[in-house]
Amino acid sequence: MNDDRTAGGTTTTVFFADQEPQAHPPAEARELKPRQSRSDAVFRAVSFSAGGMTVAIMLSVGVFLSLRAGSAMQVAGLDFLFEQKWSPETGEFGIAAVLFGTVTIAVIAMCVSVPLALGTSLLISEVLMGRLKQWSITLVDLMAAVPSVVFGLWGLFFLQESIIPVSRWISTYFGWIPFFAVTDETGAAMTDASAFTSSAFIAGIVVGLMVVPTQTSIMREAFMQAPAGEREAAYALGSTRWGMITAVVLPFGRGGIIGGTMLGLGRALGETIAVYMIISPIFAINWQVLKTGGNSVSALIALRYGEASEFALSALMAAGLVLFLITLVINFAASSIVARSRSGAESEV
Amino acid sequence: MSLTTFEPALAGEQETEPRAAVRTSLPVREGIEIGPRRRIRSARLDDRYALFGAGAAALAIAALLFGWIAPLSGVVGFFVVAFLAFVAIYALLVSSTGDGREVTDRVMTVMLASAGVILCGALIFVVVFTLLRGLPALVHANFFFQDMEFAGPLDGLDLGGVAHAIVGTLIQIGIALAISIPLGIVTALFLNEVGGRFARFVRTIVDAMTALPSIVAGLFIYSAIILGLGLQRSGFAAALAITVMMLPIIVRASDVVLRLVAGNLREASYALGASRWRTVWHVVLPTARSGLVTAVILGTARGIGETSPVLLTSGVTNVMNTNPFEGPMISLPLQVFTFVGSPEPNMIARGFGTAAVLLLLVLALFAIARVIGGRGPADQSPRSQRRVRAASVRDVERMDAASARREASAQPQEEPQ
Repeated sequence: MNDDRTAGGTTTTVFFADQEPQAHPPAEARELKPRQSRSDAVFRAVSFSAGGMTVAIMLSVGVFLSLRAGSAMQVAGLDFLFEQKWSPETGEFGIAAVLFGTVTIAVIAMCVSVPLALGTSLLISEVLMGRLKQWSITLVDLMAAVPSVVFGLWGLFFLQESIIPVSRWISTYFGWIPFFAVTDETGAAMTDASAFTSSAFIAGIVVGLMVVPTQTSIMREAFMQAPAGEREAAYALGSTRWGMITAVVLPFGRGGIIGGTMLGLGRALGETIAVYMIISPIFAINWQVLKTGGNSVSALIALRYGEASEFALSALMAAGLVLFLITLVINFAASSIVARSRSGAESEV
Repeated sequence: MSLTTFEPALAGEQETEPRAAVRTSLPVREGIEIGPRRRIRSARLDDRYALFGAGAAALAIAALLFGWIAPLSGVVGFFVVAFLAFVAIYALLVSSTGDGREVTDRVMTVMLASAGVILCGALIFVVVFTLLRGLPALVHANFFFQDMEFAGPLDGLDLGGVAHAIVGTLIQIGIALAISIPLGIVTALFLNEVGGRFARFVRTIVDAMTALPSIVAGLFIYSAIILGLGLQRSGFAAALAITVMMLPIIVRASDVVLRLVAGNLREASYALGASRWRTVWHVVLPTARSGLVTAVILGTARGIGETSPVLLTSGVTNVMNTNPFEGPMISLPLQVFTFVGSPEPNMIARGFGTAAVLLLLVLALFAIARVIGGRGPADQSPRSQRRVRAASVRDVERMDAASARREASAQPQEEPQ
């Protein structure tokens, strides 16, 4: 009894699994009821409702757009996806042209951004060391924070002029590829500088530069998680750095590459202001990416949101809904790929 | 301080159970000759020669082609030709000393480095281009202190400014932060500290929403607030649209930061009998404070530059408006967009000036975020370390006093036994 006191209050006896406590009769299973303190209950309720509110806001985006889009969708039906013209007043409207333009711009953006992002992220994770590495990570993060309107200004007032000779060169020498040809209605090649302005190509380059930082940071994180043991093993077997990258870093970072590319794609599909500032809107499918004129869903919305009639707005909402659903699917796929690639691939060091 | 109070207890334990007398000792350094530190990362001399030689040769070839031989022209073309020539000559030079594998390695390293250079160059170029073109407008002080009420498109740059847009941006981002900081951080706490199936669902939704197209956010607020409730376009509606954009960013960044809080800190708090809320308030949040501030600032930097949601919801005005609930209220990105829509050179110069102000604002926010966020979780500033130490000393004093009181009250009871 005295010993108990000196030990500081209660004694606990530890039973091991194979040691049956014979002195005590087997006690009935105790019912463990965690009782929350009041502050805990409040905290739980508040945080639960905050989570619920966040989800509610996010879900109501979809719900509101669907409700508003309803009347236009009833009129247009499935034709909405296949009609190129956009004149809700006459009942002839569809997003075939703008969706095509959106996808074109996004594909060009990916052609620009993926090699850049892949190279930069490998450079940061594998080649650079010490302070230079920290600086370049900061610089890439900073680039992600540059407003899109600033990129748009740069594209409109600088890039456009300096890229036109390149466009002309491509169309002259690679004009036999249908995408790169720039022809008028009769099929004659156009070489006038004005034929190359405001094209999907220029918009795609600007959007591509805008999404590089997103892709770079995701790929870099994936590459940095490649296990150190395998890296050292590759070096120990006499591999060069590039050999190590192809044998270890790229296979381990595959999920990051795919996921990062898709997240960037989602961003590129939704980009509005830079595209709107650069492109000259047309409502027809334009296969010639170097030729002036193109469109995107978001640019269409920014262009026409001021329309007075309820029905025209409803049609715009429908276009927004389609854009929303496409980016949603891409983001879901991307984040699940990134999340799956993270599990179990980490280095233990 | 708090550690020193534990030392007597540890010493007492050692007396009761004597351990084997194994002590760590530093190796004797005397007599060992330490040579100069070898640099293992420096390049060999012939590597440098190859690099410089290839560079010089490439420039020479490009200059020759563009100047005399081939009918080529254009800055972009010059750089492309020079780059291709550089890669080819460099590969040739490396192959004179190394095997094919080494050539591939070197060429790929050059490719990676050039990707980085292109990216950094593009960023620096975009920033410098905007600042330079904006300089004519920025040098006039009235640009920061006047609005555009009395300045027409043809007026010089010494009349009118963007004070109304600066004020509008600050008001809108202030409202957006007032909503999204509490909601975002509490949601992130919910994801990390409460958990469960619903939390996983919330995390999935938030993840998917981080790349919500900004125009869709604007369209949502437009359809819900302006068409649905019949309100006018106003600063408040714009702030709500920015909130919808910023909320997922803040939740996700805070979620990442909170996940970095070491689990054993939480467990230590629970083991001391703290409730969940006390653990969050006294352990998790202070530990993650700098990271949370960084998350919020980066979210702000993103929200401040959003144009398209504001385009649909705030309306355009040339007049100062400080009431977010009534009348249109313009913000900096939208003002840029409006200015450059005009064909007048002065308006375009104003547009660049406004973009430069916006860019400087974002850069300042980013710099602040880096200064604060340079610390990892649980890495405290000297001031907060002193504060924690003082609190810990107070705790020890309080506990000592309490135990002395307890002993004093226990003493009379034991004497009768």
